[in-house]
Amino acid sequence: MNSKGSLQSSSSELDLDRPNIEDYLPSGVAIQQEPRGKLRLHDLLDISPTLSEAAGAIVDDSFTRCFKSNPPEPWNWNIYLFPLWCFGVFIRYLIIFPTRVLVLTIGWIIFLSSFIPVHLLLKGHDKLRRSIERSLVEMMCSFFVASWTGVVKYHGPRPSRRPKQVFVANHTSMIDFIILEQMTAFAVIMQKHPGWVGLLQSTILESVGCIWFNRSEAKDREIVARKLREHVLGADNNPLLIFPEGTCVNNHYTVMFKKGAFELGCTVCPVAIKYNKIFVDAFWNSRKQSFTTHLLQLMTSWAVVCDVWYLEPQNLKPGETAIEFAERVRDIISHRAGLKKVPWDGYLKYSRPSPKHRERKQQNFAESVLRRLEEK
Amino acid sequence: MGTASSMLTQYDIEEVQQHCNHLFSQQEIVCLYQRFCQLDRNAKGFISSDEFLSIPEFVMNPISQRLVKMVDGLNFKDFVAFLSAFSTKASAHQKIELIFKVYDSDHNGKVSFKDILEVLKDLSGSFMSDEQREEVLSQVLKEAGYSKDCYLTLDDFNKVLGQSGVKMDVEVPID
Repeated sequence: MNSKGSLQSSSSELDLDRPNIEDYLPSGVAIQQEPRGKLRLHDLLDISPTLSEAAGAIVDDSFTRCFKSNPPEPWNWNIYLFPLWCFGVFIRYLIIFPTRVLVLTIGWIIFLSSFIPVHLLLKGHDKLRRSIERSLVEMMCSFFVASWTGVVKYHGPRPSRRPKQVFVANHTSMIDFIILEQMTAFAVIMQKHPGWVGLLQSTILESVGCIWFNRSEAKDREIVARKLREHVLGADNNPLLIFPEGTCVNNHYTVMFKKGAFELGCTVCPVAIKYNKIFVDAFWNSRKQSFTTHLLQLMTSWAVVCDVWYLEPQNLKPGETAIEFAERVRDIISHRAGLKKVPWDGYLKYSRPSPKHRERKQQNFAESVLRRLEEK
Repeated sequence: MGTASSMLTQYDIEEVQQHCNHLFSQQEIVCLYQRFCQLDRNAKGFISSDEFLSIPEFVMNPISQRLVKMVDGLNFKDFVAFLSAFSTKASAHQKIELIFKVYDSDHNGKVSFKDILEVLKDLSGSFMSDEQREEVLSQVLKEAGYSKDCYLTLDDFNKVLGQSGVKMDVEVPID
C-alpha cells in the first residue's frame, strides 16, 4: 500500500512538469471507443488494440521524428546535372570554403586582439568594458554568420535591454545562438560543452553573462534557477535567452518547453526561428556529428537561409499555470515558424518516460474490465 | 542516411517480400528499411531491446516488456516478418497467431491459465489485485466452456477470436 502511495505522489509531481501527452497522440489511440456489454473471453484475450499501438510505435513515432536529420534531396544523379553539381562542389570546397576560413580567421584575429586587452585593461570601468565586449561578441557572431553566408531575415522589433524579460526560442542547432547573438548580445542558458566550445563558454561567453549547466547534474538545476532569478533583475544585464526545449530539434517539430523560463515572473518574448533547408540542413544532430563537423558542413554549403521572428511579448495570464503559459508560448512559436507540436520531453533522448502514461492505460483497462464484469 | 534506400537492391526487396509472404509492397519495405536503419543506431544489422525501448511511445505500452522479448535482436527480414501480421493484407488467422505467440511466452504451443493471467497483469498493473484477475479470468473461461486447468491451443484462439474478427492494422507511413 505504502509503495503505491509513493508511486502516485511521484507521478502527480510529474503531472505538474509536463503537458498532457494524451492531448497530442492521434485520436484513434487516445479515444478508444468504450467497449460495452457483458465481458466475454473474447474481450479478455483480444489484445489487438494494445498490440497495434505497439507496432505503430515501432513503425513510426513522433519522438524519433523530431530528431531525424533531413537528408538532402539528391538532384545531381543525372547526366546533364552531374557536371553542374561537380562544378558546384569545386566552387564550394575550393573557392568558397577557403575564403570563409580566411574570413573567420580574420574575424578571430580582430576579435581576440581587441577583446583580450579590453578585458584585462578596463577592469575598473565595468560599464564601458561591458558595452565594448558586448559589441565585440556581436561582431564575432557576424563573422560566424558570414562564414556560412547566413542569409538571415529578421522580422519584428529588435530586442531591447530591460529588466524582467526573457527571450525564448525554438532550438535547432547551436548556430541559433550565433544568429540571434549577432543582432543583440543575449545572455544564454546553455549546456556545458566539451572541447573548444566549452573553452569559449568559460572565457568569452562568460563576459556576456551566459549561464551554463550540465543536464546530468541534478544540483545544477537549483544553481541555474538562482542565477536566472538574479540575472533578470539586473537592469544593465544583457537580455536573457533561453531555449526551453533543452535540446536541438530538427526544425520540423517542437518538443515540450521546460517550464523554468516561464516561472520567473517575467515578460516572455517569443522568438521563432525557421531554417530553409534549400542548401543545407541546419539541424545539429549531436548524436551523429560533433559541432565542428556541423560547422564544416555549414561552411561548405552555399548558404544558410533562415527567418527569425521577434514575436509579441507575452505575460502570464491570471489563473494560468507555468505549464499552460509555456504551452501557449510554444503555440505562438510553432505557429509562426510552421512547426508541429509534439508532447515529448526532449530529455527522453537521455532517459526513459515516466511510468505514468502506462499506468493510465492500465487503469482504463482495469476499470473497463471490472465495470463490464458487473454488467449482466 | 540518405543512401539507406539505395542500398536495397530489387533482389533484396524481393527476398524480403518473399520472407513476409508479400504482405508489404516494395515501397513499404523501402520505408520500413529506413525506419530499421534509424532504430539500429550503430548500424549493427539488428535492433536491440534497448533501441526498441528508446521509443517513448513503445515504452508507454503496457505490454512493451513482453513484446521486447519477442523482437529483441531482430534483423531486417525478421523485423518485417514480425510486422507483417499488422499489414492490412494479413489474414485474421495470421493476426490471431501473433496474439497467441504473445500469450505463449514459453513457446510450448499452448496457453495456460497462468499465461493469460500474466498478460492480464501487464494490462491492468496495480489497478486490479491478483485475486480480482483470477476471479475474472476463471469466470470468463467457465462461461466460454473452458476450465481453469485447460490449455488453450491456437485452434481455441481461432475459435474465440475468429468469430468477430480482430482489428490489428498498422499502416506503414510512406513519405
